Amino acid sequence: MKHFYKLATVLLSASALLAAPACADQPEQYIPVLSYRVGPFAANGASMFSGLIDYLNLTNAKGGINGVRITFEECETEYNTSRGVECYERLKDRQGGASVIETGSTGIAYALLDRLPQDKLPMTTMGYGRADAADGRVFPWVFPLISTYWSQAAAMVEYMAQQSGGMDRLKGKTIVDLYHDSAYGKESFPVLDHYAKEIGFNLIKIAIPAPGIEQQAQWLQIRQAKPDYVILWGFGVMNAAAMKAAARVGYPREKMIGSWWAGSEVDTVPAGDAAKGYLSMTFTAPGSFPVLEDIKGTLYDRGKGNLSGDAKFGSVSHVRGIVIGILMTEAIRAAQQKYGIGRPVTAEQVRWGYEHLVLDEKRLGEIGALGLIPPMKTSCADHEGSGAAMVQEWDGTNFIPKSKGWVAGDRALVRKLAEQSAAQYAADKNITPRDCGKED
Amino acid sequence: MAFFVEVLVGGLLAGVMYGLVALGFVLIYKASGVFNFAQGAMVFLGALTATGLEQQGVPLWLAIAMTAIFTVVLAILIERLILKPLLAQPPISLFMATLGLAFVIEGLAQAVWGNNARALDLGIPDVPLEWLLDSTGVGVSTFDLVASIIALALIGVLSAFFSLTKTGRALRAVADDTKAALSVGIPLERVLIIVWSAAGLVALVAGLLWGARNGVQYSLTLVALKAFPVLIIGGFSSIPGAFAGGLIIGASEKLADVYIGPMIGGGIESWFPYVLALLFLLVRPEGLFGDRIIRRV
Repeated sequence: MKHFYKLATVLLSASALLAAPACADQPEQYIPVLSYRVGPFAANGASMFSGLIDYLNLTNAKGGINGVRITFEECETEYNTSRGVECYERLKDRQGGASVIETGSTGIAYALLDRLPQDKLPMTTMGYGRADAADGRVFPWVFPLISTYWSQAAAMVEYMAQQSGGMDRLKGKTIVDLYHDSAYGKESFPVLDHYAKEIGFNLIKIAIPAPGIEQQAQWLQIRQAKPDYVILWGFGVMNAAAMKAAARVGYPREKMIGSWWAGSEVDTVPAGDAAKGYLSMTFTAPGSFPVLEDIKGTLYDRGKGNLSGDAKFGSVSHVRGIVIGILMTEAIRAAQQKYGIGRPVTAEQVRWGYEHLVLDEKRLGEIGALGLIPPMKTSCADHEGSGAAMVQEWDGTNFIPKSKGWVAGDRALVRKLAEQSAAQYAADKNITPRDCGKED
Repeated sequence: MAFFVEVLVGGLLAGVMYGLVALGFVLIYKASGVFNFAQGAMVFLGALTATGLEQQGVPLWLAIAMTAIFTVVLAILIERLILKPLLAQPPISLFMATLGLAFVIEGLAQAVWGNNARALDLGIPDVPLEWLLDSTGVGVSTFDLVASIIALALIGVLSAFFSLTKTGRALRAVADDTKAALSVGIPLERVLIIVWSAAGLVALVAGLLWGARNGVQYSLTLVALKAFPVLIIGGFSSIPGAFAGGLIIGASEKLADVYIGPMIGGGIESWFPYVLALLFLLVRPEGLFGDRIIRRV
């Protein structure tokens, strides 16, 4: 019941926040929040969207973006594509028009893909969605920021090579790709297939049909194959079930590397002791950072945090939401630098901002996020900006960094794959790619 | 050979766990002819309530006992608020009511206890039995073995209850012909409360065992998916059928995934049981142990 009251309190607070008039002359920038706090993926969604709102509230508490206050409105999608599209249509024109969309859902993001150019609205897909959208010439309105699935797969192989003593030492080794039997689960195939052929390791792909609550047969096959590493490209309950099953057949968790959607507390906590030592990729580093302390001091210590309890503060999903907020505000800030400081910018101008993000160590330090994400720089052609990821380890209570800093795979390879796929998409959809040389 | 045996044994043990979930469906269908779509939600609710209470500082054994009492209270509420008003309605109305009930239970459970994924430690190690592994090369999890024993004991107790006790016979009479049972004075309300309570308790046990296996989270509602082919094969109204169906599904899906899966691209574990169930439907629609369908023509 405690959660029910807290949920009600949060909703009332949020309503009050939205209803509260801003200073009469303070300009505003509107961001719709298509969240999912109920339904099958609520455990991740609630924390992630709270993180986003926390950062937006922190920005407002500090006077907004050069004096421009952020307003936002939530719409519950339940991770359901049709509801997500409904939310998008309902909110996109409110309060002078949306600045940017972030759905946190592959299905909804795919469904909106064709609407974005018509609405001239940028959409970020941080850590999910089409990897080839990194090619901004073909996908001018989509931003798979920081790292795509293909960059993640390349970084995984790079990490395994580092652990083995070099890329050539992977030759002859056996790597199992235990994947969610869905389009998402197969995202790594082009990259892993390429590396397997080029380096000469034995890649065994084993599918886990959704939801993946029972994996005994697959793990017996894995034990028989005696792999050097197991990649866990999983989702939902499949992840905890995989760690439990690995323990059951005695496979070391230290040799399991999960994708970043198999790398949050929602995946490790239910697995209990079986998760200890488990590795996963992440595009946000674990640990304490000044921006988190700032949010805690400014919001949570004053009872203004968006999470329903402090327990999830700083969790992987919460931090991902904070990073989405950081990138949103930085894109708006960049747009203001070009189109007018202290004035609201249009969605098209926000897109310009996303294409000119420069989050180097200096800027990351200024916003208290140095080390939290890899340094990144976007452009008209490159909507990814980094391509690096980190390997983290579950120590039984928390995630801790495992790799020495950020790991990036063969970026040239990933870019080549993205360009090939984007070109095919452009041909299929009759899209003429932008000439980035002519963009300002 | 050891590998084959390991896959087979693992499948059989998993099958007992499927049978446990199917048992909840059977109990309600047996007594009221209603396919309870909310059974998966009840599995989730049971585990979530027990772990939720534990997180509030209640010892696990007491949390389980309190959840069991809550389950009985819930059964009374369901009988009073949903089943009783719909008693004279066609079975499809009752089925639709359980469909709605599933969503209500899932939503309310998360509103009250939160949506955090939780670990549940019943104190049973989930690692292979070392002596068996060392001597035969076959790995069997201690947890799977204990869970199977618990499930089998539950199936045995419920079978005995239905066949040996007066209340059990009353339940069967209601299932056979509700109006005739009422005419001879069998209290239908009490029967429904008993059967929903029993199904709730079975759901609690299933929730605790599956929750300890994969964690307590929303996906526990999905274990019901594993019960459907078990019910088709074992029969909707047979307790031993749930057990037998579970064994058949568990063993066959594992063997198929290992030996047939690689030939057709893998990942067949989710739909292979339904192929088997469809074949059974064609040959024996009432299932292996279900009441034989006899129609006067």
